[in-house]
Amino acid sequence: MTSAIPARTTTAASAEPGPHLDTGEDKGNGRTGKAPKQYSERVRAERRLGWILAGPAFVIMLLVTLYPILQAIYESLFRFRLTAPGEREFIGLGNYAVILTDPVWWSGLWTTVLITVVTVLVELVLGFALALVMHKALKSVRGLLRTAILVPYGIITVVSAFAWFYAFDINSGYINNWFGWLPGIDQDLNWFAQGPTALFVIMASEIWKTTPFISLLLLAGLAQVPDELTEAAKVDGATWWEQMRKVIIPNMKAAIMVAVLFRALDAFRIFDNVFIMTNGAYGTEVLSLLAYRQSISRLEIGLGSAVSVLLFICVLLICFVAIKLFKVDLAGSQGGK
Amino acid sequence: MRIRRLTHRGMGRPRVAVLTGLVVGTLALSACGGGEADNALTWYINPDDGGQATIAQQCSDASGGRYTIETSLLPSDAASQREQLARRLAAGDKSLDIMSLDPPFIPELAEPGFLAPIPEDVVERTTENVVEGALAGATWKDELVTVPFWANTQILWYRTSVAEAAGLDMTQPVTWDQLMEAAESQDKALGVQGAQAESMTVWVNALVESAGGSIIVDPEATADEIELGLDSEAGTEAARIISTIGREGLGGPSLPTQNENASLIGFQGDSGSFMVNYPFVWPATSGAVEAGTLDQEVLDDIGWAVFPRVTEDQESAPPLGGINLGVGAESEKQDLAFEAVECIVSVENQAEYFVTNGNPPSNTEAYEDPRIEESFPMATTIRDSLQIAAPRPQTPFYNEVSTGIQQTWAPPSAVDPDTTPGSSSTFITQVLRGERLL
Repeated sequence: MTSAIPARTTTAASAEPGPHLDTGEDKGNGRTGKAPKQYSERVRAERRLGWILAGPAFVIMLLVTLYPILQAIYESLFRFRLTAPGEREFIGLGNYAVILTDPVWWSGLWTTVLITVVTVLVELVLGFALALVMHKALKSVRGLLRTAILVPYGIITVVSAFAWFYAFDINSGYINNWFGWLPGIDQDLNWFAQGPTALFVIMASEIWKTTPFISLLLLAGLAQVPDELTEAAKVDGATWWEQMRKVIIPNMKAAIMVAVLFRALDAFRIFDNVFIMTNGAYGTEVLSLLAYRQSISRLEIGLGSAVSVLLFICVLLICFVAIKLFKVDLAGSQGGK
Repeated sequence: MRIRRLTHRGMGRPRVAVLTGLVVGTLALSACGGGEADNALTWYINPDDGGQATIAQQCSDASGGRYTIETSLLPSDAASQREQLARRLAAGDKSLDIMSLDPPFIPELAEPGFLAPIPEDVVERTTENVVEGALAGATWKDELVTVPFWANTQILWYRTSVAEAAGLDMTQPVTWDQLMEAAESQDKALGVQGAQAESMTVWVNALVESAGGSIIVDPEATADEIELGLDSEAGTEAARIISTIGREGLGGPSLPTQNENASLIGFQGDSGSFMVNYPFVWPATSGAVEAGTLDQEVLDDIGWAVFPRVTEDQESAPPLGGINLGVGAESEKQDLAFEAVECIVSVENQAEYFVTNGNPPSNTEAYEDPRIEESFPMATTIRDSLQIAAPRPQTPFYNEVSTGIQQTWAPPSAVDPDTTPGSSSTFITQVLRGERLL
C-alpha cells in the first residue's frame, strides 16, 4: 500500500492546508501591526484557536501522508520481497539506479507525460467552452445544464473505464459499427492491439470523465470577472474575441492556472483507465501502473517503493514549476483576495 | 467574552473527535471479534458458480458439528487472488484456514513456509488416483504442500464442418501446422489466446513442453541462478507457431487482445474453426443455446480432441490448471482444516462439482460417475488430456517469469522465432536478478 498512498495524497497535502493557515496568519499579523500590546492576548488566543481547529486535521495529514512517504523512502533503500522476508538487504540507492537506467521507466514516463499534456490541454479548451455555456445559460435551464455537464464526473472511474472499454472492444464494441464510415475505422480495427489507438481511447475516456471538473473550476473563475469590465469593453467597441482575450481571460488567470495544476497532478497519476483497458500492454504503460506492478504484483516492496518515490518527486516538480515559475496563487482563486 | 466562548467551542471539537474515535474503534473491534466460534473454519475461495459454497455447507453438515466452513470470496482473476493471499500470509493472518490456490503460485507460498505441512495420513488418503499433473502442481521440493481439488486442462475444440471441408481426420492426433493450413485454406480464424495476459504464458508453456522443452530448466533454483530453457529448439518451434499465426492473421483481428472468453465468442461466430480452450466452453455454449442467443446447429457442429501436437511423432503436453487446497501455517485450527479438506476433495464432491460448475475432477475415479458422461460428453477426452498435461514452471518466481513472457511474446505478430526466445530469456533473467523493471 505504501506505493500508492504518497502520490495520491499530494494534492491535498500541498494545496489544502496552505490557504487555511495563510488566511489565519494574515489576519493575525494585520491586527498585530495596528496595536501589538493591546491585542496580544487576543492574537495569541486566535492563534491557539487556529491550531486547535486545524490541529487534528494537521496531525491526521501527518499520519496518513508524511508517515507513508517516509516509510516508502526508507523501504526504497532495501532489496526486499514480501514472500522472502529473511532476505531483506540494504542496497542504498541501488533500486533507483536500476529504475533510472531501465528503458521501461523512461517509456512509461514519456507515455505519462504525453497523456498529461494532451488530456489537460483538450480538457482546458473543452472545459472553458462548457464553463462559458454554463455561465451564459438562461436561469431557467442553468440547473439542468450544470447537472447534465457534471454527470460524467460523478461516475466512478473504473465504471467509466469499463464502459469505454466495452464500447471499443473488437468483440463486444459498437464503435467500429457506428463509425465504420470514417477512414481508418472498420470492423477489423482492434483499438487495444497497438499503442496509438489504445492511448486514444484511454485519453478520450479520461477527457470525457474529467472535463466537467475543470469546467467547474473555470466557471468559478468566470463568476469572479466583474460584469462592469466586460460592459466597459463592450461600450468601447471590443469584439467578442477581444473581450475574451483582453478582459475575461486575464482576469481569471488564477483560476485557469489552478485548474491546470490540479488536473495535471491528477492526470500524471492516471491508473484506472489504463489498468482496466490494456493493463499496460502494447506501449500504454504509465508510471502508476509501473509502481503497482513492482510492489503489488511482484511484491518487491523495495523496488516498488523506489518507483513510488520517483513518481512522487515528479508530482512535486509539477507543483514546484506551477507555483514558483507560473506563480499559481492557490489562495487567490478560492476567493480570498 | 467572545474569545472565551470561541475558544471553548474550539475545545469541544477534539472531545467530540475523541469520542467519535472511541465509538468507531469499539465498533470495529467488536466487528472483528464477534461471532467467531472455535470450530468455524474460513475457506478462501475463487469465484465459481456457487459449487464451493455448496460443498462447504455439505461438509459442515456431515461433520456433525465438529466444524463449520464459512467461505470468503477472493478476487476474480488468479493474479489478484495470489496478491491478496500472499499479502495476508506474509502479514501472518490467522484466518487463512483453507485456501483455494492456483497451482503456479504454490511454490511462492510454500518456499517461505506460509503453508502448513500436510500430515502423512492425509497425504496418503488424498493422492490416490489423482492425475499426475495435478500432483506435480501440488508438490514443492518433493513434498506435497497442497491437496489437489480439481484439475483443468485445455482441449482442442473444433467445428466439424470446417474440419471436414479441410479434409482433416480428427480421430487421429493433429498438429499445429495442420490446423494453420486448414484455417488458411478455409479462410477461418484459429481460436488461440494472444493477449498480453496469463493465457499467453499458458500457450507458450504448452507449446514448449509439447516440443519436448521446458521454460525453466531448474525450477527449484534461486532467483540469481535460475536457468531458462526458452532459448532452445523447443522455444524456437513455439515462437515459429505463434509468430506464423500472428503474422499471417490466422487468429483474426482480435488476436492481440484475445483471452479465453474472447476466443470462445470468435469460435461461436461465423469465422470459428479450431480453438484451444478449457472445458467451460461446453456449458457456456449449451447455456447460450438454451438462452436462445445461439443456434442449436452451432452446438451440434462442435467436436473435441486432445490438444494439438507440435511435432507429428511426439505426444502433446496440454496446459494444466485447476485449484488445490492449502492450509495456512498461521491457522490455529489446522487439524480441523485438514479434516475439512479431506471432505471437500472427496470423489463424490469432485464429481458433483464437475457436473454443477464444469470444473473437472483431479481424481480419475470421479469420472466414473454416470452423471458426468451425461453433462460432459467429452469427459473422457478431458481425463486423457489431464494425464498427459504439463504444469507451468513450478518456481517461487513464477510471477516474474510469467509476466516476462507476456511482455515479450505478445502481440503474436511481433514474435520472431530467431530472436524472441533469446531476448525473452535475457529479459526474464535480468528481472530475476533485480536488474530490470517489469
